[in-house]
Amino acid sequence: MTTTPELEEEEETAAPTPPTPPKRRITWQKLTILPAFLVAVLLATWLWFDQADLDAISENALSNGQVSKALWQQVQLTVISTFFVLIIAIPLGILLTRRAFRKATPVAMTFANMGQATPAIGLLALLVIWLGAGEKAALIGMVIYAVLPVLSNTIAGLKANDPTLLEAARGIGMSQLGVLKRVELPLAVPLILAGVRTALVLNVGTATLATFGGGGGLGVLITTGITTQRMPVLVLGSILTVSLALLVDWLASLAELLLRPRGLEVGT
Amino acid sequence: MPESATAASGASIELENLTKRYANSPQPAVDSVNMEIKAGELVVFVGPSGCGKSTTLKMINRLIEPTGGRIRINGEDVTDIDPVKLRRKVGYAIQSSGLFPHMTVAQNIALVPGMIGWSKSRIRDRVEEMLDLVGLDAGEFQGRYPRQLSGGQQQRVGVARALAADPPVLLMDEPFGAVDPITRDHLQDELIRLQHELHKTIVFVTHDFDEAIKLGDRIAVLRERSHIAQFDTPEAILTNPADDFVSGFVGAGAALKRLNLTRVRDVEITDYPTVTVDDPLQNIFNKLRDSGTNEILLLDKRGRPYKWLRRGDMMRAKGSLARAGTLVSDTVTRDATLRDALEAVLTDNAGRVAVTGRRGEYIGVVDMETLMNSVHELLEADRLEAMEAQHELEEARAFQTHAEQEGAGGEEKA
Repeated sequence: MTTTPELEEEEETAAPTPPTPPKRRITWQKLTILPAFLVAVLLATWLWFDQADLDAISENALSNGQVSKALWQQVQLTVISTFFVLIIAIPLGILLTRRAFRKATPVAMTFANMGQATPAIGLLALLVIWLGAGEKAALIGMVIYAVLPVLSNTIAGLKANDPTLLEAARGIGMSQLGVLKRVELPLAVPLILAGVRTALVLNVGTATLATFGGGGGLGVLITTGITTQRMPVLVLGSILTVSLALLVDWLASLAELLLRPRGLEVGT
Repeated sequence: MPESATAASGASIELENLTKRYANSPQPAVDSVNMEIKAGELVVFVGPSGCGKSTTLKMINRLIEPTGGRIRINGEDVTDIDPVKLRRKVGYAIQSSGLFPHMTVAQNIALVPGMIGWSKSRIRDRVEEMLDLVGLDAGEFQGRYPRQLSGGQQQRVGVARALAADPPVLLMDEPFGAVDPITRDHLQDELIRLQHELHKTIVFVTHDFDEAIKLGDRIAVLRERSHIAQFDTPEAILTNPADDFVSGFVGAGAALKRLNLTRVRDVEITDYPTVTVDDPLQNIFNKLRDSGTNEILLLDKRGRPYKWLRRGDMMRAKGSLARAGTLVSDTVTRDATLRDALEAVLTDNAGRVAVTGRRGEYIGVVDMETLMNSVHELLEADRLEAMEAQHELEEARAFQTHAEQEGAGGEEKA
């Protein structure tokens, strides 16, 4: 066997001659259609506002960077709550599929189900009574509400793994942690990511309710619009919420495509 | 054992009163198995499903923890060492390959060497070496995912992965159970060839007695709770089954099965006149005329059997090699069994089959006459052996009856 320099071999392993050229995971349609749609919607909204004459109340509600502040709060609420959902639900899901804790799974799932079955607004009201108004109460409510999809998908993903494959992993000498890290989690990634995507979209939605707990966000615009009976304010709040939800869902779908382990795709 | 040794050959395995009891059943699943497997031996556990053969195998690498008894590998008691360390020294191949679908072929094979800390360049070389060993082209296959391979190819990669860190012992749990019969046959031949090169200690579990005969140096026929009904060479089991259970398992056609025990390499491979496609036509004509046979074998550019050419074929095809002669439909390797060879000879109308080497190159031919002679000799030898064994068995039985009458614990051995 000839010994080729390491660099050359690296390239060889990185780019072997596959039987069929690897399909691009992200098509240009996937990349362009939704962003184009969002740009069109936002542009139309902006044009409409540009020619609409707003009265003092509307002006008051929308000026001084209040819109961008609300949008930013909305994004913050979504990101922070999703972050906590991830660091709670995924480790919990892993723990509940370990042999020692498997018996606790039904109990944990019941609690998670209760979290989601409770109307978000009721949950928020209770938390505000308990913790006082503010961002904190809003965040906790959102986290409780969104834990379920990630938790149940993590558990489902880990349980769906072929037991003979896991036995093979142990059989060739992987430690328990090694099996989890190198086999179980990578194989469960598609389902876990689907759960994360659901949680993200849920969180964008529930973040609009944060305003009732004094947490700010785009909900402020919507409630102001309703209470002052000013359509433009209401419409702007709604459109921004919808656009943000669509954008987040689109980003999450891209992440799903990119992070799914190669080799699991049908048709490769 | 120095790790740098390029090919660690086998280690002995001793099982002593190995027992597995599950809490929810009164009977043990595996009841006190005693067995000595010599270094470099291929031992097959065969038995009906549910007899505990798989459980016994999995206790050797402690995927299933034994509840009693000892396991010794190369004399070292491994019953209480860290199971993870143990498993890294024992290769493990299972049914439907057990490859990880999210890793490439190369990554799968590199797993165990990576875990025991080999350097990257060494692992890379090893992956290529292993793929070559199991007959897959490294450049073509190492970047592929398991999903992109056929069942047989996956199984080869599974074996390559099991052997990657050069373990002295290899455990195989019905590894060829999920592939089609033709591929299974090929894989069995490959395993035999591998074993000729590597001399590992292999424990192989199957429920297919024909597979056991074909592969095993010795076969352990197991009955329920992994009781050993007979542990002997395939020849001895075929010609001299220990009891009704074993003979029931051997089934009908023992004489035909006997053909599975001898390989083409053990019989005389005769030379045959050959020409290659690159030879000028005139040479081919001359050779046909001078050979004294009415057929010659045409080899392709890489020396592999391509066509049988008869006298007159060339005339009829107007001198075009592409049209002349009949394509070689079947070849056998030196590791093929006489049964395969007989099959090929019977289907070939000239009554001979070409023998090929590892890369399909021509080595020689085996014809009907050679086969007939070998079979006669074999059966004769078996008959003599069986008569001797029968004699011994009767003596042993007489002794055992005697011992039982004396009230000694003969039951343990039964």
